Amino acid sequence: MALLEIRNIVRRFGDFTAVDGVSMDIEAGEFFTLLGPSGCGKTTLLRMIAGFDSPQSGEMLLDGKDLASIAPEKRPIHTVFQSYALFPHMTVAENIAFPLRMRKLGKGEIGERVRQSLEDVRLTDRGGRYPGELSGGQRQRVALARALVNRPRLLLLDEPLAALDMKLREQMQLELINLQKEVGITFIYVTHDQTEALALSHRIAVMNGGKVEQLDEPSKIYDSPKNRFVADFIGTCNLIDAEVSVAGEEKMVLQIRGLGEVAARNPGATGGAKGILALRPEKVRIAAQLAPEDDENHFKGRVHDFLYMGDVTVYIVEVGDGVHVEALLPNSAAGRPRILAVGDPVEIAWRYDAGTFLDG
Amino acid sequence: MAKHLGKWLISGPPVLYLIVFFVIPTCIMVLASFRYAGEYGGLAPVLLHDASGAHLNLTLESYQEFFSDFIYSWLFIKTLVYALVTTFCCLLMAYPLALLIARSASKYRDLLVLLVILPFWSNFLIRIYAWMILLGPQSAFSAALNGFLGIFGVGPVRLLFTPFAVVLCLIYVQLPFMVLPLYANLEKHDPALLDAAQDLGANAWQRFWRVTFPLSLPGIYAGVALVFVPVLGIFAVPDILGGTRGIMIGNLIKQEFLEARDWPFGSALSIMLTIGAMIIVGGAALFAGRRRSGDV
Repeated sequence: MALLEIRNIVRRFGDFTAVDGVSMDIEAGEFFTLLGPSGCGKTTLLRMIAGFDSPQSGEMLLDGKDLASIAPEKRPIHTVFQSYALFPHMTVAENIAFPLRMRKLGKGEIGERVRQSLEDVRLTDRGGRYPGELSGGQRQRVALARALVNRPRLLLLDEPLAALDMKLREQMQLELINLQKEVGITFIYVTHDQTEALALSHRIAVMNGGKVEQLDEPSKIYDSPKNRFVADFIGTCNLIDAEVSVAGEEKMVLQIRGLGEVAARNPGATGGAKGILALRPEKVRIAAQLAPEDDENHFKGRVHDFLYMGDVTVYIVEVGDGVHVEALLPNSAAGRPRILAVGDPVEIAWRYDAGTFLDG
Repeated sequence: MAKHLGKWLISGPPVLYLIVFFVIPTCIMVLASFRYAGEYGGLAPVLLHDASGAHLNLTLESYQEFFSDFIYSWLFIKTLVYALVTTFCCLLMAYPLALLIARSASKYRDLLVLLVILPFWSNFLIRIYAWMILLGPQSAFSAALNGFLGIFGVGPVRLLFTPFAVVLCLIYVQLPFMVLPLYANLEKHDPALLDAAQDLGANAWQRFWRVTFPLSLPGIYAGVALVFVPVLGIFAVPDILGGTRGIMIGNLIKQEFLEARDWPFGSALSIMLTIGAMIIVGGAALFAGRRRSGDV
C-alpha cells in the first residue's frame, strides 16, 4: 500500500478547475515532485494534502486513512512554505520548538530535540537569533528544521528554493537530497523549475491545466515525453510537425514537410497518424562534415543562427526546405577548429531512436 | 551644503511650527506654574521693581497647594482609573472588530474602515449631547434597564451624571482610535504564518495567542497610547455627562483657568498631568521595548 493515495481529486474555484481529477500514489521514502507551470494546480493539490483547502470530490488516503476526517493541525504532515513563514517574533530555537510545544512535550525533550535539529541543519550558533537576522539560505534551513523536528510522515515543500539565488539554490538542492536520504521522510516537492525537478526527484508528476500529463522517473520524463506539452516544458526540444508514413514494430518512418523521410522510434503509432517529432538538441550531432553512420538520419544544411552559451553553443540549422533544427555542441568538442558562423554549410545527424513521435 | 539645504527646506517648516506652537507654549506654561496669580486673574509680573532694584517674582506656591490637599492627588488617581478602564474596554472591543475587518475580503475592508471613522463626521459635542439624551431618566434605554432591574427587585438607577456615563461615553469617543492602529497592524500580518502555525499543530486558540496576538503588540501599544493619553486631559465629556461625581482632572484645570482665574495653579496641574502621562507612557514603552528585543 502506498503511503499517500490520491484518488480523482477535483477542486474548482468558480468556473476555474484548478485540479481536474488527479490520481496518484506516493510511496514511503520517496522524493516526489509536482512539476508544472504556474496555475497548473500543483500548489492547490499541495494545499489540499496539507489541509488548507478541501477537494470538491475525490479522496486522499494517508496510510489507508481518509485525510478528510483529520483536521489540518492533526495531520502528520508538515509544510515548508515558499516564503518560509518563520514566526518573526520567535527566535530560531523557538521557531523549531513550536511544533514540539504544540504537542505538549516536556521541556527537557524539547530542548534536546531543538539542539539536535539545529545541529542537523548546521545552525547551532544561531538558535538565539531572530529570523530577520538570518540570510536567505539560513532561513530556508530553519524552515526545514522546523518542519522536520516532529518527524512527520510526509513533508510538503512549496517551491522552497524559489527565493534563493542560483548558486545557493544548487547547494541547497544537494543538501535537500542528502537530508531526505538521512531522515527517510517522504517529500512531496512543488516546483515550476524543471532542472530542479530532474535533479532532485525519484519520480515527477508533470501537471498542466489541473491534470497530470505524465508521471515517471526523471530520465523517462526527459527521454520519452508522452506528449507535446511534456516535451516542450521539460528542457528544450525540437518539435517538428510530422506524419507517419510507415509504422514498423519498433521503428517508423515519418514524412516531414520540407525535409522528407525521417526514421524515428515508434511508441505505438499507426500509419497515417499526424503529430510531431520531438528531438532533443543535444542528441543531434553537428559538424562541418559528418561521416554517415548506421541507423542515423543525416541532413545537410546551413547555420541559420547560433547562441554562444559559454559551455555549449546552440546552433539553429536550416535543413531541407525551411525546416529549423536546433543542435547543441559542447564547446570542449575535440578537434573543432572554430565556431561555425552563420551561413556556413553544416551536416547534422541523429540516431533514429533519439527522436520520438508524439500524437496530436 | 546643497544637500543640507534641501533637508532643512523640507524639515524646517514643521520643526519651526512645533517650536513656535508646542515648545515655546510649554515653556511659557512651565514658567507660569512658578509665577503668582495676578490680582484680577492672569499672571503677576515676573520681575518686581523696588528700591533695591529688580528681582524675580517666582514661587513654588502652586505646587505646595497641589501636595497640601489630598483631594488633588485623588482626582489624579480617579482620572487615571477612568483612563485605564476606558483604554481596557476600548482594547477589548476594538481587537475583535479590527481583526474582523482585517480578515474580511479586501473589497469590503475600506468600507468597514470608513464605517469606523463615520462618527467623526458629526460634531464631537453633538455626539456627547446625544448620550445625554440616551442616558437621561426619560430615555427608552433607562426605562428598559430599570424595568429589567425591577424584575429582580433592584430599585431604579440613575445613569446620567455618573462616572458610569462618563466612562461609557469616553469608550464611545475613543474606540476608533483603538480600532485604526490595530487594524493597520493586523492587516499587514502574513496569512502564511497562520497556515504555518496550523500546519505545525496549533489549534485556533493557540494560533491566536502564539502568533496573531504577539505580532499585534505594536498595534496595541499605539492604540493604548492614542486612547489613554487624550482621556487623561479630556474635560468636555465629564463636563456634560459627569455631574459633580464624574469630574476629572481636565475639568479642574479648565476651572482654574476660566472660573477661579488662578493661572499658576492651572499651569501646575497641567505640568503634573504631563509628567504623570510621560511617566506612565514612557514606562510602558520601555517595558514594551524590552519585551520586543526578547530580554524577558
